[in-house]
Amino acid sequence: MRVLIEQARCCGAGQCVLAAPDIFDQREEDGIVILLQENPPEESRADVLQAIKVCPALAIRLED
Amino acid sequence: MRTVIVVGGSAAGLAAVQALRAEGYRGRILVVGAEPHLPYDRPPLSKGFIADNLPFEHVRLSEPALLNELGAEWLIPARACELDLDRRMLRLEAGDRLGFDGLILATGVSPRVFPGPRPNGVYTLRSLDDAAALRTALGSAPQVAVIGTGVLGMEFAATARKLGLDVTVIGNAPHPLARQFPAAIGNLLAARHRAAGVMLRLEVQVAGFEEKGGHLSGVRLADGDIVPAELALVAIGSQPDVDWLRTSGLPIGDGILCDACCRAAPGVYAAGDVASWWHSGYGARLRIEHRMNATEQAGATVKNLLGAAEDFRPIPFMWSDQHDIKLQSYGIFPDDGEVEIEGDMASGRFVALCHNQGRVVGALGWNAVKALRQSRMRLVEAMEGIRLDELQLTVG
Repeated sequence: MRVLIEQARCCGAGQCVLAAPDIFDQREEDGIVILLQENPPEESRADVLQAIKVCPALAIRLED
Repeated sequence: MRTVIVVGGSAAGLAAVQALRAEGYRGRILVVGAEPHLPYDRPPLSKGFIADNLPFEHVRLSEPALLNELGAEWLIPARACELDLDRRMLRLEAGDRLGFDGLILATGVSPRVFPGPRPNGVYTLRSLDDAAALRTALGSAPQVAVIGTGVLGMEFAATARKLGLDVTVIGNAPHPLARQFPAAIGNLLAARHRAAGVMLRLEVQVAGFEEKGGHLSGVRLADGDIVPAELALVAIGSQPDVDWLRTSGLPIGDGILCDACCRAAPGVYAAGDVASWWHSGYGARLRIEHRMNATEQAGATVKNLLGAAEDFRPIPFMWSDQHDIKLQSYGIFPDDGEVEIEGDMASGRFVALCHNQGRVVGALGWNAVKALRQSRMRLVEAMEGIRLDELQLTVG
């Protein structure tokens, strides 16, 4: 499982961090998403999928 | 259930389709969308789409292949014009009659307009086509007037200024975002816009438009002044698209009036900008015109349509980007709320908390995304303890 983020699309809403705080963080200055784990463990899948669902900018993708 | 119709093909409509499939519904899905485009995202339209000339691909809400996988039938452009609840039938303007077992109404809102003649050069901004037309027109409009001091008007003003244009914002409120936030926030925002070179004419009514040869030349104010402009954006709010439902028997007010589960009638739910529902956490009727709510509420309505019967009680979230300021807020800011600033307002990074009857009901971050996110927990905790009869709020 590989998580991909597109910082250019990110609007800094921070909803991904609420959904999966172990996988995502935000830059302090502008809130743009930071990927903490590019290859998270399988048990994080549900959280990552939730983050993808709630991201208002569609800036997160998942590759298997 | 064999057929679900989703009326509205934007963020809430798409989220409803995605949620139906995610929840395991395998029946037929029809989406009736008034616009000719597949789902796209509206927040960038007042910002990057215009300022950075973004292509359509950047604002679409789903890759075509992924949209295809959902297996919904997209009837676009098509407009629903009549709902027959007894016969479980939806009629389209083109004449088609579509039967349904479940119905999700996500028709959104339309911009309010001024009565009277409207010369060329006067725009509203809601759709992708609106934004594309504005983007082109801004190229030959060195002077821009923005009428309205809400989120859309202020974002567009910042965008036009970024493009190097002369921008004047006109509004009858005492400060920007007066419907959303307390005066302290609005005044700080006004100062930031002025520092960026945006002119603000506040607490003044617009009397009409001046024109030369059929094209806008200025906006006439009630005090007699004329703000010269080749282009004006009218951003004075929106009205829910509910006119076609007035004969349906559904309860209609400021939006489609739903219960705490977002249900308007048996098997009929509303989501997104058009839905007015009883938020059992705040003890208030809310209608929210923000992006996150479209997704969240669509998901909730789908679960309830499929039998969950759960109250929809989110912590509302909104954001707005203007100049170098990222405003974000959770919760609500009622008029009689008391504001407490955490941090230093002059530092350009702070959180404003809104207290109402001893509870934290709203939190706003001014360039403070992380601190705001940490404040959110306090709102969740405050809502957990709520007894309905304790808190009576009205939200504009």
